[in-house]
Amino acid sequence: MTELENKLMMATKLAARGRVSRRDFVQLAIATGLTATAGNLLFAKALRAEPKKGGNLKLGLAHGATTDSLDPGLYYDQFTGTACWGTLSNSLTEIDSTGSAVPDLAESFEPSDGAKKWVFKLRNGATFHNGKPVTADDVVASIMHHRGADSKSAAKSLLEPVTSVTADGPNTVIFELTGGNADFPYIVSDYHIPIMPKKDDGTADWSSGIRTGPYILEKFEPGVTATFKKNPNYFKSDKGWFDTVETISIKDVTARTNALTSGETQYLHRADLKTLDLLKQNPNVVIFEVTGYGHYIFVMNVTQPPFDNPDVRNAIKYSVNREEILQKVFQGHGTVGNDNPIAPTVKFAIDPQPQHKYDPAKAKELLKKAGLDSLKVDLSVAEAAFTGATDSALLWQESAKAAGIDLNVIREPEDAYWDNVWLKKPFVASYWAGRPTCDWMFTTAYAADAAWNDTFWKNPRFNELLVAARAETDDAKRAAMYAEMQQLVHDDGGLINLVFNSFVDAHANNLAHGDVAANWPMDGMKIAERWWFAS
Amino acid sequence: MHPIVRTVLQRLGLGLLTLFIVSIVIFSALEMLPGGFAEAILGQSATPETVAAFNKEIGLDRPAIVRYVEWIGGILQGDFGTSYAGAGGNIKRHVSDLIAPRLYNTFFLAIMAAVIAVPLALTLGVLAALYRNSLFDRIVNSVTLTTIALPEFFVAYVLMFFFAIKLRWFYSLSTVSESTTFLEHISRAALPAITLTLVIIAHMMRMTRAAIINLLASPYIEMAQLKGIPRRRVIVHHALPNAWAPIVTVVAFNLAYLVVGVVVVEVVFVYPGIGQMMVDAVSSRDMPVVQACALIFAATYILLNLSADIISIITNPRLLHPR
Amino acid sequence: MTAEAGDIRAIKARRGRIESAWRVLKTAPFSAWLGMIIIAIYVFCAVFAPWIAPYGEAEIVGNAYQPSSAEFWLGTDQIGRDIFSRLIYGARNTIGIALITTLLSFAIGGTLGVFAAIHRGGWLDQILSRLVDALMSIPTLIFALMLLAVFGKYIAALILILALLDSTRVFRLARATAINVVVMDYVEAARLRGEGLGWITMKEIVPNIMPPLVAEFGLRFCFVFLTISSLSFLGVGIQPPTADWGSMVAENKSLITYGNPTPLYPAAAIALLTVAVNFVVDWFLHRTSGLRDEH
Repeated sequence: MTELENKLMMATKLAARGRVSRRDFVQLAIATGLTATAGNLLFAKALRAEPKKGGNLKLGLAHGATTDSLDPGLYYDQFTGTACWGTLSNSLTEIDSTGSAVPDLAESFEPSDGAKKWVFKLRNGATFHNGKPVTADDVVASIMHHRGADSKSAAKSLLEPVTSVTADGPNTVIFELTGGNADFPYIVSDYHIPIMPKKDDGTADWSSGIRTGPYILEKFEPGVTATFKKNPNYFKSDKGWFDTVETISIKDVTARTNALTSGETQYLHRADLKTLDLLKQNPNVVIFEVTGYGHYIFVMNVTQPPFDNPDVRNAIKYSVNREEILQKVFQGHGTVGNDNPIAPTVKFAIDPQPQHKYDPAKAKELLKKAGLDSLKVDLSVAEAAFTGATDSALLWQESAKAAGIDLNVIREPEDAYWDNVWLKKPFVASYWAGRPTCDWMFTTAYAADAAWNDTFWKNPRFNELLVAARAETDDAKRAAMYAEMQQLVHDDGGLINLVFNSFVDAHANNLAHGDVAANWPMDGMKIAERWWFAS
Repeated sequence: MHPIVRTVLQRLGLGLLTLFIVSIVIFSALEMLPGGFAEAILGQSATPETVAAFNKEIGLDRPAIVRYVEWIGGILQGDFGTSYAGAGGNIKRHVSDLIAPRLYNTFFLAIMAAVIAVPLALTLGVLAALYRNSLFDRIVNSVTLTTIALPEFFVAYVLMFFFAIKLRWFYSLSTVSESTTFLEHISRAALPAITLTLVIIAHMMRMTRAAIINLLASPYIEMAQLKGIPRRRVIVHHALPNAWAPIVTVVAFNLAYLVVGVVVVEVVFVYPGIGQMMVDAVSSRDMPVVQACALIFAATYILLNLSADIISIITNPRLLHPR
Repeated sequence: MTAEAGDIRAIKARRGRIESAWRVLKTAPFSAWLGMIIIAIYVFCAVFAPWIAPYGEAEIVGNAYQPSSAEFWLGTDQIGRDIFSRLIYGARNTIGIALITTLLSFAIGGTLGVFAAIHRGGWLDQILSRLVDALMSIPTLIFALMLLAVFGKYIAALILILALLDSTRVFRLARATAINVVVMDYVEAARLRGEGLGWITMKEIVPNIMPPLVAEFGLRFCFVFLTISSLSFLGVGIQPPTADWGSMVAENKSLITYGNPTPLYPAAAIALLTVAVNFVVDWFLHRTSGLRDEH
């Protein structure tokens, strides 16, 4: 090792502790024969390597409403998700950067009885913000919060298959399920299911805001801000680096961008794709893009004519130019969908063939097969479904003309779109945030009896496979079953998966992080726990 | 001043009637809106069971009339009720607690904008009338017209671009809370206040100018001019007092707008005012909050107009002493 | 009287009107002329949009956000439509909608306002005033949002809702001004003369409340675009792909912070028209006020 290389190594260590400036470091790197760019990269990497304590993190979030509540059953969007779960709370498990469910408040979990019974061991030494240790009773109360006849929780249907949850001593919780579910640890990682302290009457105390997370709630003004301070007794010593965290609800994207560029926030949730190239030119800003499980879709109600004819459905699937829409509307930030709701990064995902590409001739042929020369259908859209829905539909309208399909685009009111239009109109724009497992996604939106089966698709073979695959613990067999199911949705379902969208955010260049999770934006909504200020 | 006192009492009574009508209009509009609180809160994840559980808990399973009567019964006893949000927990969110800080913010911003805008508009209006058709008149006219001819959010963004991002004189975010000091509140609310000033000034200024010019043709003004009284004096002492009625009406319009119509500015600057709260409450169908906001807006409006009318009456002897 | 004589009289009357109109126009100041020319250009664009515009209103002709070039004078928008063509079509939609809305609101508000002023204190005045007070005291934008969510997103619904909400303001102004006129001596005199109510209204009251109402018309007309713009900022508005300036500003608003001129074009189109309309209104105001002191 030459002397210069030696110096560089030392400088790298110093940089990690923030003791050397970027300029000095890059000069040193150039002296050792590296280019300036490589030196810069090395510096950034060095900064990342070792987390640093301190700083006040301010996040500008696109979500939040005055009706937001600390009740985790009602966590509505990524404001409550990031603030009241990722920053304030922990669940039994969490999703890591590889997409696996790993222990969080739990120390370990074991299935038995064909994955019908799950035993969770709790961590030692985890405490609530009031100093009380976390026990199995707290976990039971927290789970029961979402169950029961008068539960209003969004996680109610998620926990429907749980028949009983019991404490076995202070550190063990046992879940019994109606049927085998090899993916159960994923379920309890959901952000609606944080662990809360048990009250004297046996119910979970959600309203005090006392949880287990890396930060303690100081002030929560629904629809405006939530502020937190560091939890000095956090059970993970290598997480939660900031002194304070503030999440600010800034719904208007331009205002949110200005807040970042004027230095009032350090993180921009949901950047404006239209102006992303312009934002990129700002030297103090880093664009942060993660491909998640979320997908922008159009759904056809397969029980309604003309969508009850599979040939018509497929003709429509071939009439959309996904590549053009991805480039024009989403500026290339995403992956073209192929009418499969399972994201490529999810375990057991396949890419069904034939690829549903823009092919007006094929669409025409399929229409003819269905006995039609042309087709006129209404398509209901709103930006509430996903940003860019209207523009996508308009582009589609143009491209579908060549296939003899006349799309009548109707812009529905944003307000109450999910009540009025979704599941009500036969052909609508929609969005799924995606789920980390095949089973979870299929059970939520494609099972025959699912409340949110938005295509009203009831395929007997598919539903048979769904139950069989859930309890199957042999990965090879599971893979085969999930492959067949994905092919079925692709060939026969009412889903038009336009794109898997990327989470495109931006942050100040002094924020640093390790490998990020993709299950939600903002490092699985745990940015406050996992990230730090480099300088 | 007996007739005026009578008018005031009469108008206050009528104001109560107006409030009652407003509450009915708002309640009916909310009832006509598709979806309910539970669906709105649960969004895409609403299932029939959770919606039913929700509705039962907040009493939405009962007929509309019953709910309205109950709500108005509470109002008559000074109880604005509790927000549907957070219902069922041990912490009830009282509507009055939710609204009070927001109301303070809204009035803070409105007063700040009014203190800048009203004197400025009146002065410019009088000057424009005095030097009508001069270059000054044309410039003031065109500039103020342009500022109101641009969408509010456009003006707001342009101001934000120059003063918050380029020059960094003001904050781009106006998030204030109870712990914000008075001075910080002023500097945080500066850009919204300037935006609002630009938005309302043209209307008031033009009405001042128009009302004065309209009076200049009156015989008594011509008489005054023939007597050789200087133009400035004619306008300020003879025309202006008689022009108060339309001016005050327009000023009242705009002051009311500062309180009730600023939702766009609130969104752009993330200012936690009451307009944003009402929009949120409408989209989540949180009836008690919507109603309370609507009543506050209505009361503000009624009181401002009552003041405008009283000023009109005082300044017009014919109205003051009706035959 | 023969038919021929009637015709001649009609022609004479018409010629007389055109001539007198021309005579009046000749006295118009420069600003009014400028205003009228701008308005004429806008109206021309609105009427002949399909012939002037180089591309169709919703036609996708290029890539997104192409800069201005010989091919696309003002560049292309977020999905590759020609902005210049959309501006021209926008004139048609925007002016059309604003004009209908404003005329409707003045027809409703003005008529009722004068009516209420004449019957001041009567039960009809009371009912109207209470209703108008109630409607006005509800924030327009929020109420419009609610109503649009209830009644759907058709242009007709939008126009009707905006006209109705706007007419309350017109009512209030018309009534306030008319009350001042009603107590004037000349009205009193006409009443004592035994003139009918209709005559008094048309000949004495309406001409005397016109100036503030016309000034209001100019402003209200322009406010309609702005309301539509704000509505589309808050997420409702005109059905795409219809081009209207308000929505065009709202769609491209985020470019402002980077100094990109795209949202400026429709905003400038609105601003220019507003200034032009109000120049003409000012001149009218000046003329009807009967001032003779500046020549």
